[in-house]
Amino acid sequence: MDITRNSLHLPKDAPPVTIPCCIKTTNLSLFYGKKAAFRDISLNLDRNSVTVIMGPSGCGKSSFLSALNRLSDFIPCCEVEGSIHLDGESLLEGSIDRTVLHKRVGMIFQKPNPFPMSIRKNITFPLREHGITSKRELEARLVQVLVDVGLWDEVKDRLDTSALTLSGGQQQRLCIARALALEPEILLMDEPCSALDPISSGKVEELILKLQARYTLVVVTHNLSQARRIATHAALFWVKDDCGCLVECGPADQVFGSPREELTAAYVKGMKG
Amino acid sequence: MMVSRQVLTRTSRIRASRARLQNRIAAAVIWGGAIFVAALFAWLMADILWHGWREISLAYFTQEPESAGRLGGISSILVSTGLILIVCLVSALPIGLGTAIFLAEYTGPEDTVSRKIRLSLNVLAGTPSIVFGLFGNAFFCKMLGMGFSILSGGLTLACMVLPYFIRIAEESIRSVPQSYRMGAVALGLSKSTQIMRLILPVAVPGILGAIILSVGRSLSETAALIFTSGYVDRMPESLYDSGRSLSVHIYDLSMNVAGGDQRAYSAALVLIVSLILINFITGLIGRAWSRRMISIS
Amino acid sequence: MSLWQKDKAFLFVLSVCASLAGVISIFIFFFLAKESVPAMAGIGLSQFVMDETWFASENQYNVLPLLWGSVLVSVGAVAFATPLGILSGLFCHFYAPSAIAGFYRSMVHLLAGIPSVIFGFWGLVSLVPLVARIHPPGPSLLAGVIVLGIMILPTIMVILDDAIANLSRLYLNSTVALGVSKWGALKGLILPNLRKQVGVSILLGLARSIGETMAILMVCGNVVRFPTSVFNPIRTLTANIALEMPFAMNVHRSALFFTGLIMMVLVAILMSTAQTRTSRQA
Ligand SMILES: Nc1ncnc2c1ncn2[C@@H]1O[C@H](COP(=O)(O)OP(=O)(O)OP(=O)(O)O)[C@@H](O)[C@H]1O
Ligand SMILES: [Mg+2]
Repeated sequence: MDITRNSLHLPKDAPPVTIPCCIKTTNLSLFYGKKAAFRDISLNLDRNSVTVIMGPSGCGKSSFLSALNRLSDFIPCCEVEGSIHLDGESLLEGSIDRTVLHKRVGMIFQKPNPFPMSIRKNITFPLREHGITSKRELEARLVQVLVDVGLWDEVKDRLDTSALTLSGGQQQRLCIARALALEPEILLMDEPCSALDPISSGKVEELILKLQARYTLVVVTHNLSQARRIATHAALFWVKDDCGCLVECGPADQVFGSPREELTAAYVKGMKG
Repeated sequence: MMVSRQVLTRTSRIRASRARLQNRIAAAVIWGGAIFVAALFAWLMADILWHGWREISLAYFTQEPESAGRLGGISSILVSTGLILIVCLVSALPIGLGTAIFLAEYTGPEDTVSRKIRLSLNVLAGTPSIVFGLFGNAFFCKMLGMGFSILSGGLTLACMVLPYFIRIAEESIRSVPQSYRMGAVALGLSKSTQIMRLILPVAVPGILGAIILSVGRSLSETAALIFTSGYVDRMPESLYDSGRSLSVHIYDLSMNVAGGDQRAYSAALVLIVSLILINFITGLIGRAWSRRMISIS
Repeated sequence: MSLWQKDKAFLFVLSVCASLAGVISIFIFFFLAKESVPAMAGIGLSQFVMDETWFASENQYNVLPLLWGSVLVSVGAVAFATPLGILSGLFCHFYAPSAIAGFYRSMVHLLAGIPSVIFGFWGLVSLVPLVARIHPPGPSLLAGVIVLGIMILPTIMVILDDAIANLSRLYLNSTVALGVSKWGALKGLILPNLRKQVGVSILLGLARSIGETMAILMVCGNVVRFPTSVFNPIRTLTANIALEMPFAMNVHRSALFFTGLIMMVLVAILMSTAQTRTSRQA
């Protein structure tokens, strides 16, 4: 089974030709019941970029991420409008195979959420579910992703203890490893460092920089200096009329160096938000 | 001025002393009521313990009853009780668990479907056990031709415990943290894997509680069994044999057998002690499981 | 099989389970109804209230004395248990030291788990002789009321215990600050606000006692009659079924199913009233 390039659509909708562009949203809006969380967001996420999304609390950053991999479908009363294209395939039209989508677009949550099983199982169990059963392959991926997230030396002697015994920072890196093991193309990270101490947070940051070569990353963060360190692209969300919207987006140099909007200028100087 | 203040203090003093009196009477009545209840309870327990333990020996558990239960032991009755219990659990567990998962994972608490199912289950929970007995007799014994048998009794009990089992199992499945579900969805796990591998293991202590409650109810039940699994006190040879449960044994000894009281006491003691033990052991297992989920996996 | 198909199959199995569990009560209802058709056709509904008494071997099928017996013993049991339930609730929250309250609660919990056949047996060997000493014969309405009362006490107390816990969290700090005496606070704030829950617990207690069989069967004497004193023996609908089912044939058997149907409906009405009351509060 080709892991990285399964078509999202179920057999009956023939997949369109894939073109090498990553995620593209057009006039994307999301509603919780009647209330809009954000409106009309059009954003391009390029391959092998790290796009940092910033903005005040409640401006719809988490909601935006959950729309990107349709996790929003699992929230009651949540509706998404507009369009999202992943490599030219529409995510919102037709019935898509969610399991494939979620494998291609991974997500890391703000609060680490390892499963209540051993460290090893945390990584191998989703792999098995996706059809990888050879012991050797499983073991190889396990070691590789744990090395990638810098957890290998810390846990190699206790792979069979419960993941819940790890520290918060270790748990978060395990969650990242778990997502990486599925070889996603895109990784969405919702404030991955906000529950971590500075040292663990630094480790995750290094990891993000390292991952950039192979993945497309979208990182939500409230930490401006961190944003500057990791971003290749940046987007600023804001709340207007009680509803989230996109203020500015572009390459990191431009957004941080010479922002077009006053709001952005104030925000990146740390004067607002 | 002076006078009125004096009057005021006097009336308020009277009022205060009356309040104090009322306070004391209330306290006495409430303590009295509580002591009365405790005394009734102590009387019941002491009575059964006191009369019950005398005839209990190893032989009591290993011999078959003789002379309608006046002599001998309860071995065949324990076997029948166990078989009825097994039939009940084997049929109630899969259906109950399936329903609980359906209600908890695929419907909200206010959906029409789940409201209807829950209403129906509530009616079932309120149905008197003698009515289950009637139903079991007419449906399992007569219509399906199982006759007075352990199978009929167990299936009747399964219908009876189902609503309780489902209610508790559903609650425990609902209380599994949402973050596990979201994490699993984000990894592209299928809903079935999510439930079977992740949610159910976390919900095990609650489901165990549901099982134990069902076991307790089944062990306690008499009215639903009298005309489904019947009275026969011989050792059952198959599930199609009639078998007398422990509770029916108590009933029969005390009502239909002259001089059976002593043995009824012993059987009652065995029943109570096993109910208490089961409760206690499940508590331990539940706690051990929770610990296991946190430490070693 | 793809994951997606696996999920579909899984959901299918679950829905089958759920529908099965959902239709049992309807199925039981229709089954009872079907089995009671011969009685309704052969005896006719009028006989169920017009006959002289319930005496199957002479084709007398008046259910009223049985129904009356059920009602009397249930109402008596609730009247016995409700005050004790209220007292117990207040006791645990405001009078008992916490260790004793915990002990008392686990005692009530244990009481709830005791099988009804054991209550019946205990009533038969301990309580009935005591009643007989006051006024023969012993097996009587009174014995039934007491035994059943103890049995439903846990049901009532658990509801009231929760309710009192909520109320005391809401009100009590402020009244203690006002310097009201303990009983004053309970009488003024807790008890009046408890009325609804008491109503609910009475309904549930009634539903539970109407359906109770074994204990009643063992201590009530089972004579079909309208009692004139609490020392008279009585027979309830449930006890009647348990007693006559083993030898009932044809119309008689069908008549017993009919009484079962009456009971199922009665209990369903009581339960749903209780439920709508609870949900209206929430
Ligand atoms: N499940 C939900 N149901 C209803 N409203 C929600 C839900 N989740 C979020 N919202 C609302 O949507 C808006 C956007 O929330 P969101 O979590 O996306 O903000 P955010 O930018 O991630 O904030 P933060 O920085 O605090 O994480 C908020 O007003 C929030 O109250
Ligand atoms: Mg957020």
